[in-house]
Amino acid sequence: MPPSVVLVTGVSRQLGGDLAARLAADPSIDRVLGVDTTPPSRDMRRRMGRAEFVRVDIRNPLIGKVISTAKVDTVVHASLSGHPSASGGRSMMMEMNVIGTMQLLAACQKSDTVGRLVVRSTTSVYGASKRDPATFTEATEPKALPPGGYAKDAVEIEGYVRSFSRRRPDIPVTTLRFVNFIGPRADTAFAHYFSLPVVPMVLGFDARVQLLHHEDAVAVLERATTNDLPGVFNVGADGVLMLSQAIRRAGRVALPIPEPLVPWVGRITRRARLVDFSPEQMRLLNYGRVVDTTKLKTEFGFEPRWTTVQAFDDFVAGRALRPVVDTDRIVNVGESVVRGAAHYLPGHRGAAVQLEAAPDQPALAPVR
Amino acid sequence: MGEADVIPLHGPGGRPRPRPTPRRRSLTPPPVETPPEPPVAEEPPPANLPVPAAPSELERTVTEVAAFLRRRLAGRYTVDEFGFDPDLNENVILPTLRPLYERWFRVETIGVENVPAEGGALLVANHSGTLPLDALMTVVATHDDLPTPRNLRMLAADLVFGLPGAGALARKAGHTLACNPDAEALLGDGELVGVWPEGFKGIGKAYADRYKLQRFGRGGFVSAALRTGVPIIPCSIVGAEEIYPKIGDLGPLARLLGVPYFPITPTWPLLGPLGLVPLPSKWYIEFGEPIRTDEFEPGAADDPMLVFNLTDQVRENIQQTLYRLLSGRRNAFLG
Repeated sequence: MPPSVVLVTGVSRQLGGDLAARLAADPSIDRVLGVDTTPPSRDMRRRMGRAEFVRVDIRNPLIGKVISTAKVDTVVHASLSGHPSASGGRSMMMEMNVIGTMQLLAACQKSDTVGRLVVRSTTSVYGASKRDPATFTEATEPKALPPGGYAKDAVEIEGYVRSFSRRRPDIPVTTLRFVNFIGPRADTAFAHYFSLPVVPMVLGFDARVQLLHHEDAVAVLERATTNDLPGVFNVGADGVLMLSQAIRRAGRVALPIPEPLVPWVGRITRRARLVDFSPEQMRLLNYGRVVDTTKLKTEFGFEPRWTTVQAFDDFVAGRALRPVVDTDRIVNVGESVVRGAAHYLPGHRGAAVQLEAAPDQPALAPVR
Repeated sequence: MGEADVIPLHGPGGRPRPRPTPRRRSLTPPPVETPPEPPVAEEPPPANLPVPAAPSELERTVTEVAAFLRRRLAGRYTVDEFGFDPDLNENVILPTLRPLYERWFRVETIGVENVPAEGGALLVANHSGTLPLDALMTVVATHDDLPTPRNLRMLAADLVFGLPGAGALARKAGHTLACNPDAEALLGDGELVGVWPEGFKGIGKAYADRYKLQRFGRGGFVSAALRTGVPIIPCSIVGAEEIYPKIGDLGPLARLLGVPYFPITPTWPLLGPLGLVPLPSKWYIEFGEPIRTDEFEPGAADDPMLVFNLTDQVRENIQQTLYRLLSGRRNAFLG
């Protein structure tokens, strides 16, 4: 059953905005309402087309009124934020994430029109530690609960969503645990991180990185909005990049930092507005995180179009990231230097000359 | 008067096989990832041009190393979801271990035909030697001495993955955390998985207890094999006990460092870094006959009695093989 009135939260940010634009382009949907505390950018508004923007704070009970007057039948809660400084500080981010979700769920619970709920979550709920298995399935219990911040917000949000579905079992709820997004247009912490000329990483650690193309993320949300697919799903692309490998592919230079200094460097890059990584996301740089997407492919019926490597290369090409150091050239120079030096090795030159002189002769013993 | 017990010196695998001569190993390019070259129309070279001289071995090496460096520095290689990097493993990690395997420990492998050439299999071995060199040597053995080289994917303790350097390297070499989800995922993918069920009890035991198998964990490896229906291959390693004879343990220091034991050997910490050089014992690695697990009915993995029995069977098998190999060994260093 396609929805007729969709409400999307967090519409001023990229994922919510892009989703609203996609839904607005779908003629089978009557109305698309976008909700956020700040109005979307001009460019975003233009792309959103016929979608309507309602400036309302989801922490305010007013959201219930919006849902009831517009007879919203599908709510997409896409406003989960992991960027403390973009959301006005850590406590404000937690307010928006957790209290906002509570209010929104309360409004949905009261509503008798809402018939579908889609919640954006994150794979951060699994944490990242040395005791974790290589891949997380939806049923994996985290070994160490995320200590705070973004990941803890997501864990709490999922808890509220679970109790919501206990109270309203008639409303199918789709919880989507996304990995980090990347893509030419993706405006995420990871995109900023890989755009730094010198990319800090943890000394002695090399995380496995699984990414998702931004377009795939929007497509997954759209599919969840227009179909009844209840459940919890990991959403990530196929394949894995090592952090060091990704840095090399982007032509950046890795800067290994001893583990005790990592929080300091994180703080500096945050202050300098270079990369908006919250401290617990920095732990991801130690161990990385890979999720099993079998359930997404079989039960949810979605096959990501980009693999992790393709998405990352698309990001590098789309951002026109130029290599900081031309490694190919260095290797070429090194190779010719070694070749040149080899010519002066005793015997080597003579061997080459003799070979040229008598090509029919069996090859001479190689000289090392 | 009864007859004297005859202890067969060599198992069904026959006499220790002489090590095959080391093949010339070149830097192999990764199996995938190289962008397809545009097809070039083949033209016969003009007859009047001088025929280019065959490149010497030195030149070939330079070309290979340069290609390897270019590949690495541009990030053009693939890793699997466990972080296994075959390109690095083949060209850096294994060549680093090889001298230790071939020259220092002079490892002899017995019963290589017992390791299946393909498909999932669980290799279970005894653990010893204070540092897990036995595990690393088994990786080389399963790669170099099998008719078809296989990459042994080991299950390691979480301690390894928390260590800077070692953890990242272990992931790149294809090893992962010892836990059932990972073991079953690897076995299900048809990989050769290695497990050392004695864990720290085995590797950190005193020299006086050498070649006495410790408890085999809780049988988690057996249930993983039962669930995936792969054969269990008992693997007995002789020689690793002598590399760092542990004659003492500084418990408080170990607790301070967060490690299970802090060994004292005749050379460590007495001689400082020199004490890290392992004694050059002569090694034998014997792969025993596979124990099939696909004949049990489904749900057998949840039968603790069966799991314990199988665990015991594997343990007994390895212990007997160890005694047999030991009785055939005249000297720990000369073999």
